[in-house]
Amino acid sequence: MTKTDGDDAEYDSGGATAHPENASVGEASTSDGTEAITFDRSGIRAGFLTCLPIALGVGGYGIAFGMLARRAGLSVAEAALMSATLLAGAAQIIAVELWTEPIPVTAIIIATLAINLRYSLMGAALGPWLGRLSPLRSYGSLLVMADENWALTMREFQSGSGRGAFLLGTGIAMWVFWVTSTIIGAAAGGMIGDPASYGIDFVLAAVFVALATELWEGRSTLVPWLVALATAVVAAALVPGQWYILLGGFAAAAVEVVRHDG
Amino acid sequence: MMGEGALALDPLVVGVVLAMALVTALTKVGGLWLLRRLEVSERLEAALSVLPGAIVIAILGPELATGGPAEWGAAGVVLLVMWRTESIPLSLCSGVGTVVLFRAIL
Repeated sequence: MTKTDGDDAEYDSGGATAHPENASVGEASTSDGTEAITFDRSGIRAGFLTCLPIALGVGGYGIAFGMLARRAGLSVAEAALMSATLLAGAAQIIAVELWTEPIPVTAIIIATLAINLRYSLMGAALGPWLGRLSPLRSYGSLLVMADENWALTMREFQSGSGRGAFLLGTGIAMWVFWVTSTIIGAAAGGMIGDPASYGIDFVLAAVFVALATELWEGRSTLVPWLVALATAVVAAALVPGQWYILLGGFAAAAVEVVRHDG
Repeated sequence: MMGEGALALDPLVVGVVLAMALVTALTKVGGLWLLRRLEVSERLEAALSVLPGAIVIAILGPELATGGPAEWGAAGVVLLVMWRTESIPLSLCSGVGTVVLFRAIL
């Protein structure tokens, strides 16, 4: 038999892969393989400036949220508080659509959880980079993560720039525009008529179409996306609430786990 | 004019908003927190990597399914502009412009 035995193979795979995360013993360990990760003002600045045009677009969506919140009976201050403490567009819009008198507290909290669980997965996707920052910096940056700046940050990290503060910078831009536009939308809410006549109700779908275009990675994406699409459309018709989002996501992930075998 | 009660903060509303904020914060940091404590297999990594796109599609699919030709046409315009220019602001503006136009003429 010419085949190497199991033990050797194990040693091989263990030794061949240099784990960049484990290289922290040597301080000058970052010269060749993996880029050094920094966390400084220039990273924040780069993230902020890169995100500005997108944050401006998100502002249109914030105006829509402010108007919807006002129509649901929230005050300008309450709508602004929600935007400032959540920074989670889809969950906020759905929450104010559920908002009635008396407030369906449980439904709103569960919907918020169901819609935002995707952030856990998005945060995990940033793990290889954020995991090398201190807990305060990494978790602090994650608090200002939303869909759009997550996509920008993923792109930045994958380019190998090593700017660990990029997420925080993009998040600050998102936060400023999101909160400001919420206030504008909520204050104007009474004066502006039906959002549909301005196409504002379409901004959410437009953002996600743009996001999907960016996330498209070629043919390998097709199967999981079709699975997600079919599952979500069927689940949306059969299952109450927003569970279809997670069901679609998990169905695609499950298919990918199975496909990974072959 | 902002109208009466624009700055009002109802204690119950504030409580609900803060509870939502707590849940949201936990979801945002939870993934990295777990990842720092888990051994991530290659298989799990493959599953994680398709999730963002799959979630976007899962939100978008039912949303567009409830729309009509105006929304579908505008979604196509966003797709085309985004694909060609990679500019989010430009694609958003053309999408919203298209939906308004299509709703007016269709």
